[in-house]
Amino acid sequence: MKYIVCVKQVPDTQGKVAVKEDGTMDRSKMAAIINPDDLNAVEAALTLKDSNPDAKVVVVTMGPPPAAGMLHELLAMGADEAVLVSGREFGGSDTFATSQILAGAISHIGIEADDVIFCGRQAIDGDTAQVGPQIAEKLGIPQISYAADIEQNGNTLKVKRVLEDGYMTIEADTPCLITCIKELNKPRYMTVSGILEFDKKPYSVFDYETLKDEPLIEADTIGLKGSPTNVYKSFSPPQKAPGRMIAANESGVKELAQELAAKHII
Amino acid sequence: MILDEKRLLMRKLCREFAENEFTDELLDRLEETGEFDWDIFHKMGQYGFCGVKIPKEYGGQGGDSLDYVIMVEEFAKVSPVLSLYANTSNSLGGGPLMICGNEEQKAKYLGDVASGKKIMIFCLTEPGAGSDAGGTITTAKEDGDYFILNGRKTFASGAPIADYACVLAKTDTSLRGSKGISMFIVDMKLPGVNCGKPEHKMGIVGYPTSDVIFEDVRVHKDDMVGKRDKGFGAAMATLDGGRLGIAAQSLGIAEGAYAEALKYAKERKQFGQPIANFQAISFMLADMATEIEAARELIYSTAIKKDAGDPEASKLCAMSKLFASEMCNRVAYKAVQIHGGYGYIKEYKVERFYRDARITSLYEGTSQIQQLVIANTILR
Repeated sequence: MKYIVCVKQVPDTQGKVAVKEDGTMDRSKMAAIINPDDLNAVEAALTLKDSNPDAKVVVVTMGPPPAAGMLHELLAMGADEAVLVSGREFGGSDTFATSQILAGAISHIGIEADDVIFCGRQAIDGDTAQVGPQIAEKLGIPQISYAADIEQNGNTLKVKRVLEDGYMTIEADTPCLITCIKELNKPRYMTVSGILEFDKKPYSVFDYETLKDEPLIEADTIGLKGSPTNVYKSFSPPQKAPGRMIAANESGVKELAQELAAKHII
Repeated sequence: MILDEKRLLMRKLCREFAENEFTDELLDRLEETGEFDWDIFHKMGQYGFCGVKIPKEYGGQGGDSLDYVIMVEEFAKVSPVLSLYANTSNSLGGGPLMICGNEEQKAKYLGDVASGKKIMIFCLTEPGAGSDAGGTITTAKEDGDYFILNGRKTFASGAPIADYACVLAKTDTSLRGSKGISMFIVDMKLPGVNCGKPEHKMGIVGYPTSDVIFEDVRVHKDDMVGKRDKGFGAAMATLDGGRLGIAAQSLGIAEGAYAEALKYAKERKQFGQPIANFQAISFMLADMATEIEAARELIYSTAIKKDAGDPEASKLCAMSKLFASEMCNRVAYKAVQIHGGYGYIKEYKVERFYRDARITSLYEGTSQIQQLVIANTILR
């Protein structure tokens, strides 16, 4: 049994956004963190593994070589294996191409009848929430998005989904894909022994050569060429000036009315 | 010093753990009750902090002195007292066994100490034997397979909560000074072992300290650690590692106090501008930051040299503690100074850092004893 978790390294949005001339983000100039929802996905897998010690947690990411640091951290948290999908051919992928490549990588790892795939709901850089569901579509397996509670009984998963106006509890058989939200759990820390021994765990890099025979990987379905959408422009929104507090009393009301009138709002 | 990836991850783990788990509520509770918090201690055990430096084969994590000082530094930055929780097992508690315990003793005790299931403490100081540790008058008289312990230890950190104590006692009263002293593991539940009332301390409140009284306590000879009559040397070797830990704690305290002062200096306005704009304040901050960097480099490099078996390690450990503990007192003083009157109020974090800093130049050898150790080495 495997719990495969797709993760992404994202720029730390606490810092400033650096943009390249072509309008895409300059990730090398920004501090990188593990996408927060993906940490919940990893925790979901590790929690299920706690009661299923024979299961293996495999973390997978697509990204440039420095993404290895994030995978090391996840191994130190308790993941058993890590896979870095990395190659020039994969660069510039949008969500369609990314999910195509990740689905190809997951097929390459191999999906068995009792496996579960986890993703975070969405990444804080692109905010699309498309990659998880697209991977499920491309692999032809059921998907359950916005999971806030997961229960496993043999090969059946009971998942509570959080919707805008309520909850929905549904069941699906494995193999299936679940996207996780932050309400699902509180990610654990790494452990001291996890840090000291992460380099003893299996770690692989899948490049284009590794994956090229996967049916999902075609020259026109991956990378910039395989991406039906392209980034036109990205920018930091202009900073708003700080607001001004006006006291909630008679003179405050007068002041507010004068101000609004002066700006021709009223 | 440029740290490798594992050390950076260790720092990240310890920092995240301290920032998230050492909540203001917990820190205030420790200060108010003075009582040991078992929940946070067990959590530290669960993540492996209590056994960072204890070898894997005895149930520890198998890290080294650098991993250990990084942990103590990061914890002390948020809470000097909670840094002691995970410190003891790796230094004075587990130290004697790691240095000279036999295989049976290591197998019997270290695993539980490393996982935080049991607490082992170190009892050296006596009412009449402080800096003059060789003045020990607690005795251990041989009686068949047992030794009978009588005496009183004082300022024993962690005594009220300990399961075991590593006790120094005179096995040959005919030998003078530091000779004729042996080291024993004493089960704190043995008949005749009693703790005094927890002391009311200036700082590090929440890690209880008391006297331990031994009245005809029968300790099996299998629990003698190291060679008979040679315990003092082992105790001094244990203190080398301990001093490095206190140096790291001092470093953390200084960093914590400095961070508060820096933040305050940018926020606090006087004469129409942030006080950080005034040279009187900014130069203090510059000195604080510089001393912290210097201490860190000294401590980290000492940790590496100690593990590499450098013959100068003992001296360097004393230098690390001397410099870092005095430095942290200077930094804490300035941090309060920058806060002005507010720094004297308990609601401000620097008030606690200032009190917590004071112990670092006292315990595990005062600054003057460190000077003595250093002077003895360089004049030898």
